[in-house]
Amino acid sequence: MSKELFTELSTMANKKKLFFGAGAAIIMLMTAFRAEPVQQPVAVKASAERGKQVYVKRCMACHQADGGGVPHLNAPLDGASAVTGKDKAKLIKIVLNGMTDRVEIDGEFYSNNMPGNKDLTDAEIADVLTYVRTGWSNKSSAVTVAEVKAVRTKK
Amino acid sequence: MKNRWQILSLAIALNAATSLNACASDSLKNAVREIKPDADNAGLTLPAGFGALKVAENTGRARHIAVTAQGDIYLKLMRVNKGAGIVRLRDKDGDGKTEENTGFGNYGGTGIVIKDNYLYASSDADVYRYKLNDKGEVINPDQPEKIITGLINRGMHESKSIALDNKGNIYVNIGAYSNACQEVDRTIGSKGQMPCPILDSAGGIWQFRADKLNQGYAQGVRYATGLRNVVGLDWNQQLDQLFVMQHGRDQLSYLYPDMFTEKQSAELPAECLYALKQNDDAGWPYIYYDQLQQKKILAPEYGGDGKKEGGSKAINPTMAFPGHLAPNGLLFYTGNQFPSKYKNGAFIAFHGSWNRSPLPQEGYYVVFVPYENGKPTGKWEVFANGFAGVETVNSTRQAQHRPCGLAQGPDGSLYVTDDVKGTIYRIIYNGK
Repeated sequence: MSKELFTELSTMANKKKLFFGAGAAIIMLMTAFRAEPVQQPVAVKASAERGKQVYVKRCMACHQADGGGVPHLNAPLDGASAVTGKDKAKLIKIVLNGMTDRVEIDGEFYSNNMPGNKDLTDAEIADVLTYVRTGWSNKSSAVTVAEVKAVRTKK
Repeated sequence: MKNRWQILSLAIALNAATSLNACASDSLKNAVREIKPDADNAGLTLPAGFGALKVAENTGRARHIAVTAQGDIYLKLMRVNKGAGIVRLRDKDGDGKTEENTGFGNYGGTGIVIKDNYLYASSDADVYRYKLNDKGEVINPDQPEKIITGLINRGMHESKSIALDNKGNIYVNIGAYSNACQEVDRTIGSKGQMPCPILDSAGGIWQFRADKLNQGYAQGVRYATGLRNVVGLDWNQQLDQLFVMQHGRDQLSYLYPDMFTEKQSAELPAECLYALKQNDDAGWPYIYYDQLQQKKILAPEYGGDGKKEGGSKAINPTMAFPGHLAPNGLLFYTGNQFPSKYKNGAFIAFHGSWNRSPLPQEGYYVVFVPYENGKPTGKWEVFANGFAGVETVNSTRQAQHRPCGLAQGPDGSLYVTDDVKGTIYRIIYNGK
């Protein structure tokens, strides 16, 4: 669906110019469009594939194969606001430096320390973050090598 | 009422006739026959003759549990729920299900024990006690005595489980705020600190007086050391001795992929049941117990390779279980309701693993270990299973319920808490 069409339909719906039936039709239309898989650019897909290998080796022991984490011990990645959010720099910092703060994340505290991963290359960190931001139920954007490099070199 | 007595009499007569159990004529045992297990045994799989019911649901994140002589249930919640960190459940009509739920105590935590007309409960840094009246009710819920204070809490292995002996002492677990005392926790290539500085204030069991106020480390005694983290512990009345279940270290293959396979890392090290005496050292972080080799093995952070032995002065466990099952509750059964095989044996609530990926997770059940004269006499067996509600747990969050605390009711029923949804289970024996 084009943005223009969506906006127009939404505006019409908001103005309550449409009958309920028409509103339902819009929802059905939107659902139909959503159901169509969003075609990831090939590069993002390839990065995520490589990232999965890094994930299995470095992250899975604690964050689990399904990104679910462990209640109260290890923070989940699947559906986590900090993982899918806009602040990629913060996320890159956590992967690089680890995390030992006891802060509330989406309503829960987590006990285990996360080690840093400075020995991973910029490409490996970009790949693994692309994997976790696009994997499971997450539908966020990729992380690039340049973004990782920028965070790592920033003093 | 008359019918009820007739049924009771019949039950007693049947018991006497079959006389399968020497303790069967106990009146409390017969009273339990009025408690009906749920049609599906609360979703649990149990040995023949046992049944289970859900006493309550959605109580909060229920950790440890204590039951009064009158049958009231006290739960310690990990986090304050609706303003309360301690919940009292009361069954008002005698059907086994609790109808009344009241709360107090504005702190989260794990430990809760009843001893000599006091209810003892812990936050992650302090221990409190509440005087009970002759009905087992807390007299001043808002004015507990703070008996222990200022215990280290760094948000890891933070729960302060408690047990009491018969001489007025209370024992508190202070878990190590580390996996293996590396210079940098859980980090590949980071060495073990020598000596491990954590052990001065954590990684062991501390002993305090049960009746003195505001005791800190200076007033306590480090009773046993080299224990990474203990959640389940109990005072064994038959032996007059403290028993503890240690959570073994994590991540052998993650940290040392060249030394350990994923399968070895899933199975090792053992989760250990220790019988403690004062000044015992269980060896953490320098060694771990390998239940397959049946040896104390030098930890790789301290020069080990999975084979070199270590810890000549460290004690051996009395029972070793597969790795990472997370023993959160320990109870020596002293009741008469269950068949005689269970008397003086140990029940252990395994919270369930997370550190077995990529292999399936394990645990999420209550096991039984038979004991005779203070020694385990046989293999451990799964006693109650099905808490997780799924066939296989691959990721810990899939478990619907996770067993945590254990308590024995005045009639010999076994109570089990669940800290995911706060379901409270009661397991009863209704075999013929």
